[in-house]
Amino acid sequence: MIETREDLRKRTELANEEMASYDCRILVCSGTGCIASGSEKVYEEFMRIAGDTPGVTVEFGAHGSDAHLGIKKTGCQGVCELGPLVRIQKGDRVVQYTKVHPSDCQDIFDRTVLGDDTIESLLYKQKGVTYVSPDEIPFIAKQTRVVLENCGKYDSESLDEYLASGGFQAFQKALFEMKPEEIVDEVDRSGLRGRGGGGFPTGRKWKQVARQKEKERYVVCNGDEGDPGAFMDGSVMEGDPYKLIEGMMIAGYAVSSENGYIYVRAEYPMSVARLRHAIAELEDKGLLGDHILGTDFNFHMHINRGAGAFVCGEGSALTASIEGNRGMPRVKPPRTVEKGLWAKPTVLNNVETYANVPKIILKGADWYRSIGTESSPGTKTFSLTGSIQNTGLIEVPMGTTLREIIFDIGGGLKDGGTFKAVQIGGPSGGCLTKDHLDVPLDFETVKKYGAIVGSGGLVVMDDNTCMVEVARFFMSFTQRESCGKCVPCREGTKRMLEILEKIVGGKGEMEDLDRLEELATMVKNMSLCGLGKSAPLPVLSTLNTFRDEYIEHIVDKKCRAKVCTAMRKFVINPEFCRGCGKCAKNCPVGAITGVRKECYHIDNDLCIKCSTCKDNCAFDAIYIEA
Amino acid sequence: MGVITIDGRKTEFTDEKNLLTIIRKAGIDIPTLCYHSELSTFGACRLCMVEDERGRMFASCSEEPRDGMVIYTNTEKLRKYRKLIIELLLAAHCRDCLTCEKSGDCNLQTLAKRFGIMRVRFQNYKEQMPLDFSSPSIVRDPNKCILCGNCVRVCSEIQGIEAINFANRGAEAMVMPAFDKKIGDTDCVNCGQCRVFCPTGAISIHHNRTEVWNLLGDPNVRVIAQVAPAVRVAVGAAFGLPKGKSVMGKIANVLRRIGFDEVYDTTFGADLTIMEEAAEFVDRVEHGGALPLLTSCCPAWVKYVGDQFPELTPNVSTCRSPQGMLSAVTKEYYRDPANNPDGRRTVMVSIMPCTAKKMEAKRPNSFTEGGPDTDYVLTTTELIDMIRTSGIDFADLEPEASDIPFGLGSGGGVIFGVSGGVTEAVLRRMTEGHDQETLDKIAACGVREDEFIREFSVPYKDRELNICVVSGLADAGKVMEQVKSGEKSYDLIEVMACRRGCIMGGGQPRLAGDRTKAARRDGIYKADHSSVIRKCNENPTILALYDGMLKGKEHKLLHNEMFCAE
Amino acid sequence: MLDECYYKKADEIIASYGKKPSSLIPIMQDIQAEYRYLPGELLTYVAKEIGISESKAYSVATFYENFSFEEKGKYVIKVCDGTACHVRKSAPILEAFQKELGLSAKKHTTDDMLFTVETVSCLGACGLAPTVMVNEEVHPKMTPESALDLIHELRGDRND
Ligand SMILES: Cc1cc2nc3c(=O)[nH]c(=O)nc-3n(C[C@H](O)[C@H](O)[C@H](O)COP(=O)(O)O)c2cc1C
Ligand code: SF4
Ligand code: SF4
Ligand code: SF4
Ligand code: SF4
Ligand code: SF4
Ligand code: SF4
Ligand code: SF4
Ligand code: SF4
Ligand code: FES
Ligand code: FES
Ligand code: FES
Repeated sequence: MIETREDLRKRTELANEEMASYDCRILVCSGTGCIASGSEKVYEEFMRIAGDTPGVTVEFGAHGSDAHLGIKKTGCQGVCELGPLVRIQKGDRVVQYTKVHPSDCQDIFDRTVLGDDTIESLLYKQKGVTYVSPDEIPFIAKQTRVVLENCGKYDSESLDEYLASGGFQAFQKALFEMKPEEIVDEVDRSGLRGRGGGGFPTGRKWKQVARQKEKERYVVCNGDEGDPGAFMDGSVMEGDPYKLIEGMMIAGYAVSSENGYIYVRAEYPMSVARLRHAIAELEDKGLLGDHILGTDFNFHMHINRGAGAFVCGEGSALTASIEGNRGMPRVKPPRTVEKGLWAKPTVLNNVETYANVPKIILKGADWYRSIGTESSPGTKTFSLTGSIQNTGLIEVPMGTTLREIIFDIGGGLKDGGTFKAVQIGGPSGGCLTKDHLDVPLDFETVKKYGAIVGSGGLVVMDDNTCMVEVARFFMSFTQRESCGKCVPCREGTKRMLEILEKIVGGKGEMEDLDRLEELATMVKNMSLCGLGKSAPLPVLSTLNTFRDEYIEHIVDKKCRAKVCTAMRKFVINPEFCRGCGKCAKNCPVGAITGVRKECYHIDNDLCIKCSTCKDNCAFDAIYIEA
Repeated sequence: MGVITIDGRKTEFTDEKNLLTIIRKAGIDIPTLCYHSELSTFGACRLCMVEDERGRMFASCSEEPRDGMVIYTNTEKLRKYRKLIIELLLAAHCRDCLTCEKSGDCNLQTLAKRFGIMRVRFQNYKEQMPLDFSSPSIVRDPNKCILCGNCVRVCSEIQGIEAINFANRGAEAMVMPAFDKKIGDTDCVNCGQCRVFCPTGAISIHHNRTEVWNLLGDPNVRVIAQVAPAVRVAVGAAFGLPKGKSVMGKIANVLRRIGFDEVYDTTFGADLTIMEEAAEFVDRVEHGGALPLLTSCCPAWVKYVGDQFPELTPNVSTCRSPQGMLSAVTKEYYRDPANNPDGRRTVMVSIMPCTAKKMEAKRPNSFTEGGPDTDYVLTTTELIDMIRTSGIDFADLEPEASDIPFGLGSGGGVIFGVSGGVTEAVLRRMTEGHDQETLDKIAACGVREDEFIREFSVPYKDRELNICVVSGLADAGKVMEQVKSGEKSYDLIEVMACRRGCIMGGGQPRLAGDRTKAARRDGIYKADHSSVIRKCNENPTILALYDGMLKGKEHKLLHNEMFCAE
Repeated sequence: MLDECYYKKADEIIASYGKKPSSLIPIMQDIQAEYRYLPGELLTYVAKEIGISESKAYSVATFYENFSFEEKGKYVIKVCDGTACHVRKSAPILEAFQKELGLSAKKHTTDDMLFTVETVSCLGACGLAPTVMVNEEVHPKMTPESALDLIHELRGDRND
């Protein structure tokens, strides 16, 4: 039990000792990505090898002359695409291995863990350069990690490892050295703004809750991470769960709340498991519960799992869902800060927002303000995906430009493609194009260009992406996720999707564009909640920037990215066609005719674009004409 | 307190809870489909949106008024957006106005006209669903539902039943009972309040006009009408007469013109009810019996007790409702060949403000000799429809008297139409004297207050009787919980399922605002005041009946063996 | 009528969250996890036990995508169609599954109750797009070909 500040200090000391006692740490990434690539087997294999090898021990305690090894499962190390990732840490020397297979483990163990050698083939390579240490990899070196600082470096299921990495220092400071008002003030002065998308000043929100007459209050964490294609919050929850909880505890103390709720997205079972583990351990040690560290501060944590509804990321829908209701947003006022969960004053913040708090308390508002921009201080995590060389989780100071992110960190486009646009802010965001590559990413600037920073999804698109199809894709998402309560969103998104499907299906008419805009502006202005208000943004944004592509689809029945199936034209290249007749035999609709040994011909009026002919031509004679 | 500038004109406000109310008070009928002052604010239709001086838009139904606000209610943008919203609603709607039960009384139809929707540019994407005729009281047509949620909220917030709710989400959202069951298979109490609050034809009255029309032409049938108290104050307005004016005399006239053979007055049944119920009450108070006595004249309430509080069934009065008593007595009367020389079949058509009475008429425990006493129940709304069909100029009709022997009721019977009326009539019965002063004293005991839950005590012999009068079943449920837990103790509880009583019943004409509500209530009290007889036990026909035909048959004709639907 | 053991299980689950209206969602989640669907009778039962109306329980259950009143196959295959996966061509993967198993946007489960194919918007492994989840396991970097391999592998599983 950790009942006093002194207990905590001792425990931390012990944890530090343990950390220092390792001769070598083998950190196996156990984020969702790496587990998918098979990292569990890698972990098991290392444990087996360690058990079979005389002279090494993985248990803490007296280990005599044995080498003390720490084989740990960590959260996401960042470059998920190259998983399973393994980090070998020996003193100051850190080796980052990628794509580790269980069969590599013995080799790693012998050469890098016991020996001082590195295995060239498993190292990270980019543009012909091989990197040993993760900190040298440009993808990581160019980032500034505040929130993700510990992610991937410690065992996310061990309180001791968290303590050894500086955990609960901030909470102690807050609890013993600061008054609740001072905490709120510090957060306010830091300029921290909500990372859930809106960018609302966190300190101001806390102040509003602290000011309420009602004494019963709640602290709620939004871990719904609904943006499809974003996984920052999930990575924090699974990779650094204690930090999130510490942030919430500080918030709880600051606004005198005794109960914290984390609402986790349904598809994140690992986040739930890690958070549950952390909460159980903290309760067990007495760091959660009544009279924490011998003070009058009581705090209890609860976890709610989402059940598959994007709209539950919206504050009032989220609290409705925790209460056991349909996740339908309600009208405001009253606002969540006045009447949130169970109609009590509620602080609702995003995962990343809370994860910023401990550092702010520890290092102060001024330090925090030294990162990022004047109006948007601090860092922002992004999940970098799409047609990009290095996909993964990144964290950069606010105000970093797209160019730096895409080309320096992301390593440019995948397979040498040409940059076309980046969708920022998820389905409620917009797209930025090459004209915006040097725009600093912060809340205000991005908004100016018709997009939003949002939660931090960055989907990079190259020339092979059809912007009309992308708009259709986002619309189909928001339409599917509309709660159906208010008419503009329920009916409006439905009709917008119909029109987009019509255009993509090659049946669009010019007046559809006017209709689309008419609907979009109405839905944007009249909807009840943020989902509806922002659902038309991708359409408006692409209509604005890529109107010519829309017109091409409608007038020329042409999709320049060759994505829209209905507009594909299958053509046989006479240079390659040997006249074997296989395609004509295979075509399900008899669209191909020809004479043996001569070039065959496809009648595109009959063709249903099934691609069977193209896929099966032994001579690659069939191609798609845009 | 403060001033808001609405469309350039300064408007003062006091404690209105939302902007919408202020705008309406300022004489602007801003369109709404999902707002109702008695329900929680839903904010779903977005028609009530207004624009402020900075071009920001927000829903006036859910906006708190702030001093100094400057808003516009009718800008070009708003008109355009509202029009598009209505068009979108119509596009996902089965637009069978010509054959729709609510046509002419439909808020959606009215708005379509108001905003001049002359074309709907989108196809209806919704799968057509079958109509639900399972309830004798209401018909659900899911194809006409616009998902305003009014029915869901009234059923749950005011009636505490939650028989229907939203299901699915997004464009697939619908309103239905659990598992898309038939409404008749749920705990629905048939109160019809959902139909009153439903702005469209998605919930309408399960009408029986056709059956009744067919009978009216049949020479072998004696078609008798009985007219409930609340009907007489609600019909006139439909024909341009002042709201709330009692038009019983015109109703008697018109009913005869359209072919009814006899016109009786349900207030006569109400007088019988008081005779029985007061006796039962006094008996239970004096000789010990299950108390509090719960009134039984509202069938929706009776079903509610059976479904939700079966353990309280012994407390419910065994009396039949006024409709039930009058029908039973009438049928008994015509069973006597002396009263029915031509041997015609007797059919009782009761004209009620109430959809639940349609259910009561079919409830086996209100049968006499194995058959129903009330053959058809028509609601006020159906009566109005029938008068319109007939083409008779109702407003101009001469009042006529109802028929004997069951055409005369006391003022105490008339006030059954409002919440508290039953109790007041019982108290009159239990009090000596009938001078105005005595009656005024009773009226002032608390029984006529405005609250939906009223508590008061009256002296009776050497003790106080604790009485509670409730309207609205959610509130009734609260009271029952308090009674069960022992937190409250009463001798008599009167419950009317519909807030304010039958004047606001589920079969009354819709679109009744505050003024109509008040006018109907005043109309009832006025009718009482102008009655020659104010107390049931002074009604000579009642006394004659007890002395004659009823003797020994009180139990058979006026009580239920058991009262709740099986 | 469901077997008695279903109600016993439900009682256990209800007890672990407490008989209160706010327990509805977690209780349904656990029931769904246990049987891979939400038997309607149990929903009615749970509603009664925790003191909410049946229509409310139904209303909540049908709001969230995760609840299903229909039994699902032994292997629930969720093809991610989140943004990251979509731009890395997840659609052909879904098509491959559907084609191989004779399923469609309307029909999700094979007649032999072995496979259910659904889509999901992001599994949180976007770095490995396109992804597919089979029961709880995430499969990274899928292609239409590897989708077929996966089906064969899972089918083989049955013969073990
Ligand atoms: C449709 C919709 C979905 C949202 N989804 C999320 C989400 O997944 N995660 C999140 O943190 N915020 C989400 N938000 C924003 C939240 O409503 C809320 O603003 C945020 O959680 C507040 O926390 P913050 O101030 O720390 O950003 C969403 C908003 C809307 C309208
Ligand atoms: S905007 Fe969409 S999600 Fe939001 S309340 Fe309206 S229908 Fe529901
Ligand atoms: S299959 Fe290829 S080579 Fe053969 S006829 Fe067709 S296009 Fe020509
Ligand atoms: S794409 Fe399909 S339909 Fe078209 S020509 Fe080739 S095989 Fe025939
Ligand atoms: S509900 Fe209204 S709009 Fe719809 S068909 Fe009936 S009358 Fe017409
Ligand atoms: S209102 Fe118009 S559409 Fe309707 S019946 Fe009359 S003429 Fe026909
Ligand atoms: S009739 Fe009454 S109980 Fe039945 S659904 Fe309508 S409001 Fe609810
Ligand atoms: S049935 Fe009527 S009241 Fe109920 S949601 Fe539909 S339109 Fe509204
Ligand atoms: S209060 Fe009157 S109108 Fe309403 S259900 Fe009861 S009896 Fe019918
Ligand atoms: S999950 Fe291992 S690097 Fe992201
Ligand atoms: S009346 Fe305000 S949104 Fe419907
Ligand atoms: S978009 Fe497919 S895993 Fe995130």
